[in-house]
Amino acid sequence: MCGNEAMAEAAIQAGLDAYFGYPITPQNEVTAYMSQRMAEEKRVFVQSESELAAINMVFGAAATGKRAMTSSSSPGISLMQEGISYLAGAELPCVIVNVMRGGPGLGNIAPSQGDYFQSVKGGGHGDYHCIVFGPSSVQEFADIMPLAFDLADKYRIPAIILADGILGQMMEPVVIPTNSKLNTQKLKLPKKDWALTGAEGRKQNIVRSLWLADGAVEQHNYDLQAKYRQIEKNETRCEQTDVDDADIIIVAYGICARIAKHAVQQAREQGIKVGCIRPITLWPFPIEAISKAADKSPIFLVVEMSCGQMLEDVRLAVAGKTPVVFWGRPGGGIVTVEKILEKIQGLVTNPKKK
Amino acid sequence: MAGKIIIDSERCKGCTLCVTVCPNNVITISEKSNSKGYFPAVSTGPNCTGCANCAIVCPDCAIEVYRDKAAADIKTIGPAKKNEINNLVRESK
Amino acid sequence: MMQKVFTRPKTLKDCPTHYCPGCGHGIAHRLVAEVIDELGIHGKTIGIAPVGCAVLAYDYLDVDMVEVAHGRAPAVATGMKRTNPDKIVFSYQGDGDLAAIGTAEIIHAAHRAEQLTIVFINNAVFGMTGGQMAPTTMLGQITATTPQGRQADGQGYPLNVSELLAVLPGAIYVERCGLCSPAHIRKAKAALKHAFELQINNAKGLGLVELISPCPTYWRMTPPDAMLHIQNEMTKVFPLGKLKG
Repeated sequence: MCGNEAMAEAAIQAGLDAYFGYPITPQNEVTAYMSQRMAEEKRVFVQSESELAAINMVFGAAATGKRAMTSSSSPGISLMQEGISYLAGAELPCVIVNVMRGGPGLGNIAPSQGDYFQSVKGGGHGDYHCIVFGPSSVQEFADIMPLAFDLADKYRIPAIILADGILGQMMEPVVIPTNSKLNTQKLKLPKKDWALTGAEGRKQNIVRSLWLADGAVEQHNYDLQAKYRQIEKNETRCEQTDVDDADIIIVAYGICARIAKHAVQQAREQGIKVGCIRPITLWPFPIEAISKAADKSPIFLVVEMSCGQMLEDVRLAVAGKTPVVFWGRPGGGIVTVEKILEKIQGLVTNPKKK
Repeated sequence: MAGKIIIDSERCKGCTLCVTVCPNNVITISEKSNSKGYFPAVSTGPNCTGCANCAIVCPDCAIEVYRDKAAADIKTIGPAKKNEINNLVRESK
Repeated sequence: MMQKVFTRPKTLKDCPTHYCPGCGHGIAHRLVAEVIDELGIHGKTIGIAPVGCAVLAYDYLDVDMVEVAHGRAPAVATGMKRTNPDKIVFSYQGDGDLAAIGTAEIIHAAHRAEQLTIVFINNAVFGMTGGQMAPTTMLGQITATTPQGRQADGQGYPLNVSELLAVLPGAIYVERCGLCSPAHIRKAKAALKHAFELQINNAKGLGLVELISPCPTYWRMTPPDAMLHIQNEMTKVFPLGKLKG
């Protein structure tokens, strides 16, 4: 299955109630697949008139307690930023998939990782976070989807899955966890008694993000921050490969991590001690893992398909303990094993000082 | 009187819409303000028919309307009975 | 023996409102509440509050409500109704919300024949932000952004939303009423009731009631004059009556 379709099927198995989306390359497989499968499952599919409308339809469905998702690509996700800020402020759970392409502006339809800042630092207004995942294989897409819905429900927070044009399009064998919603029920997620289901027999529920009383939004922000600290404590995920004795540690996510791991393997065969830290959650970011690895003074090589966005979070985590260097390609350029290996070899012969 | 209104003078914002729609000039504006500084509407009483025009137009739902039971049933009654009741109402004034 | 013939509907909370004296929102809220009570749908109604003076509508209407981004109500309503077809979903929007920033959303919700009830408050001005020109502002009307009065050349003509939507097959009921006299207000209530009944009866399409509403503050008129202004002037540009359904 291709990544886009695997994501879609995994979402359906996770009990997706409604999909709302608008066509944009390179994620059109998702909308097409959903239009067919959601009808088969007698669930809701709407092709909206814009991404702006799609995220607001997600908002509506989520406000009534349903599992809702949308997918888009970079320019469309820009349109959704208002909606994402509202979702975060109103504390509504949902899943948003961004199959990243070259930017800024209309860019191109080639794969990219240029939306890290937008997703992790919050592209919408205000102090908020969404849980952000950076899967790096079709199988990981399928595994992360039910997790994304579960965590979104557990913490009342939107979850963003960052894919890119390569992962979305590539075909790999995949095992989709069927009826993963049954696992969800075992998790005993909190009941959605805040949801808008009609005020029969109870006080009205209001879903809102505006409070005019003096100090109310300030307090709301403190409450959100407390929630974010909880998520940071409990839900940070990363994969570490050959890190313990590494002189050079590559930090990469998504397709870059996949490619980088081949370079790591080849470098090891040449006797270079390279490791890889692959964040799986980009927010919460694996600060602790990177900070600990920095204690052994390796050189960090950050590889991204951008001009260096996750680079800044790695620098923050390393906190000046040891050099952090970057190599990447923006605007649809694709990193290769050969080029990464070249960079690794370059660091061995010319170790960078701070 | 066939009708009576009770105006919540604290809820009233003195917009005077009720004054203008009352067919019998039952309502005037008080010379005393309420605690919010609005000059509320007040009912002068006897000529009220309970038509509820005032309440229908009131943006603050500040008026309750009462009507004599016979007159209140009037819309389910035919024209002959209507005339009889209208005569009764006129006579009672 | 006196009988109470008019009282506050249950769904309208017994509290003071922040609306200006003579504002049409107060009347419209009450009509919506009366209709919800009379149709017995309080327990399964979900409402959407706009961005505008009525942003706090959930403080006055005692049903489940959601506050959404400016203009997005019909999209949010689509998400809500499609996933909860047994609930009665309505949006309550002003002329900025529906006819400016939200034009795409309302047209497409009508175009897709979403089974929704839309309460559209047209008071020809942006109230909450200080009286700026709205798409429905009349020619010659002085507002914060048309200090010389609205000119067709440069600012366009007032937008007739009801006429625009009535063209779409998915909009099955479109009526324009005035909140400008007891008789008109009674008609407005009947129109609102019809729009909600269509949804209750699973009618396949969108119902919209446009309510021409007074804004005495930004029209710089007394409330009674504002109502006369609707009757005498605004109905020339926004004719009252049923356009469809």
